[in-house]
Amino acid sequence: MNIIVCIKQVPDTTEVRLNPETGTLIRDGVPSIMNPDDKAGLEAALRIKDKNAATVTVISMGPPQAEAILRESLAMGADEAFLITDKVFGGSDTLATSSILAAAIKTMSYDLIITGRQAIDGDTAQVGPQIAEHLGLVNVSYAEGIEVEGNYVVVKRQYEDRYHMIKAKMPCLITALSELNEPRYMTPGGIFDAYRQREVKILARPDLDVIDTNIGLKGSPTRVAKSFTKELKGKGTVVQLDVEESVDFLIESLQKKFVI
Amino acid sequence: MDFVLSKEQEMARKLFRDFAENEVKDLAQEIDETERFPKETVEKLARYGFFGIPLPKEYGGQGCDALTYAMCVEELSKVCATTGIIVATHISLCANPIKTYGTSEQKEKYLTPLAKGEKLGAFGLTEPNAGTDAAGQQTTAVLKGENYILNGSKIFITNGGVADVYIIMAMTDKSQGTRGISAFIVEKEFPGFSIGTKEKKMGIRGSSTTELVFEDCIVPKENLLGKIGRGFNIAMETLDGGRIGVAAQALGIAQGALDETIQYTKDRKQFGRSISAFQNTQFQLADMYARVEAARLLIYKAACVKDTGVRHSLESATAKLFASETAMAVTTKCVQLFGGYGYTREYPVERMMRDAKITEIYEGTSEVQRMVIAGSILK
Repeated sequence: MNIIVCIKQVPDTTEVRLNPETGTLIRDGVPSIMNPDDKAGLEAALRIKDKNAATVTVISMGPPQAEAILRESLAMGADEAFLITDKVFGGSDTLATSSILAAAIKTMSYDLIITGRQAIDGDTAQVGPQIAEHLGLVNVSYAEGIEVEGNYVVVKRQYEDRYHMIKAKMPCLITALSELNEPRYMTPGGIFDAYRQREVKILARPDLDVIDTNIGLKGSPTRVAKSFTKELKGKGTVVQLDVEESVDFLIESLQKKFVI
Repeated sequence: MDFVLSKEQEMARKLFRDFAENEVKDLAQEIDETERFPKETVEKLARYGFFGIPLPKEYGGQGCDALTYAMCVEELSKVCATTGIIVATHISLCANPIKTYGTSEQKEKYLTPLAKGEKLGAFGLTEPNAGTDAAGQQTTAVLKGENYILNGSKIFITNGGVADVYIIMAMTDKSQGTRGISAFIVEKEFPGFSIGTKEKKMGIRGSSTTELVFEDCIVPKENLLGKIGRGFNIAMETLDGGRIGVAAQALGIAQGALDETIQYTKDRKQFGRSISAFQNTQFQLADMYARVEAARLLIYKAACVKDTGVRHSLESATAKLFASETAMAVTTKCVQLFGGYGYTREYPVERMMRDAKITEIYEGTSEVQRMVIAGSILK
């Protein structure tokens, strides 16, 4: 069984600070990490590999420095790693990115594709499902549990107040939540091997069957209308009242603001 | 001269730091207060190969270098010195001499499970009457048929009782002095071997420090490590490596205390401002940083020399002397900067100060390091 895991290098948003004067993000010196949902997806693939005979291939589209998370994947136990990188891919939105990733996946054999639900730097949750559309695959999103049963995967799909158990025939694509598991650590020897003996293969524009108008800035229909820093709301009012009084208080307050 | 870590060393350091923060830090206070050996951490360390970092892959090790191993001990000790010394003792004092002096059968039988972390290792040299004067060994080993019969006792043995494999020094020929000492690989289960009193200690209280007792202990002849009469040399060379581990532990303690203190002095307000705004605090922090950084360079250099395969007694002794005295000085100053809070168990610096003291004593006291250094530079 061949599993492809899509991963992305993102700034560690827990380490991002705001410039108090300009209100913008300070990105300098912020460490880069493997996106948490993607890491859970990789762990899920590695657990399938632990139980069944499986090959785990990790792919990432990004700048050359994204190689680090591919080496990390190899050190965790992935079998192969591909970096999809080319200057002409720069500026790609989710549609262009998913077109490129799908084209890369088409060059490989697979039974299962796992992506993270969404990346912590963009939070769109679009790339995974879009890849499935490009490849004509069934897509099961928001996985908080994955089990392989013969040619099928049984996925526990998370909702706010319940979950669905979905059985899908492979090949298919699953988007993983970080709640899915606790990813394993690398091993020190795995790290040394990942750098000294393993290879991160490069796929560039000429290696992929994509149309130029579907990639990079040109292939990205998304337009950012406006970018702004969210204004901080006031502290709000805290009152301690019983039920009836608080209903009165709420109605009065909303009327004052002409909401009702 | 290159002071930049390789990408793999950099990533390994990040691994050690994450592991220490997530798996080790929260237990540090509890195991200190209850004097409990952190078995669950040891299992995790084993699972991720930490017990085999500088050991060869062919024997189940990780195939990394001594510098990476030192960084592991440093990062673990930053949050818990007990955890740091469990790893350092296992690797430097037990697995390393088997790697260096063991026969291929001994390596297969002992090094492989040690490198994989399936078994834990310890080392016994110190005796009630043989501390700094290690040559005064009173434990004896007498060849009787196919076995050596060991009698005597060892004290202050780190990982005592919890280890499965022990490297034990014993006198095989008293008339030969230090050349009459031999090294043996002793299994916990060997008849006549028992664990004596467990010490109650000032620091590294989660670490198990015990007496080892040998009463007609039967050790198979093939468990002689290295040549007969070479035990003293094996012990001294083993300690050269061990001192890098203890130095790294001391460095971790010092860095951990400094990190805590930098944060505390920013948060703590007196006279209307953070105490980090006072020049006294700033100068003390600066002095501590400089010492810690100097210790780090000495240790990394000693580890790099070890990796080249050259004898590194001088480098190791220098690193251990400076790092352990740095740890003691830095943690003492840190407690002072914390004031009353520093003296309580609400903050970890008092534990770090107690933990630091042992680094000036074990695997050769600071005085022994000065003897080694002086002996080397006065040659």
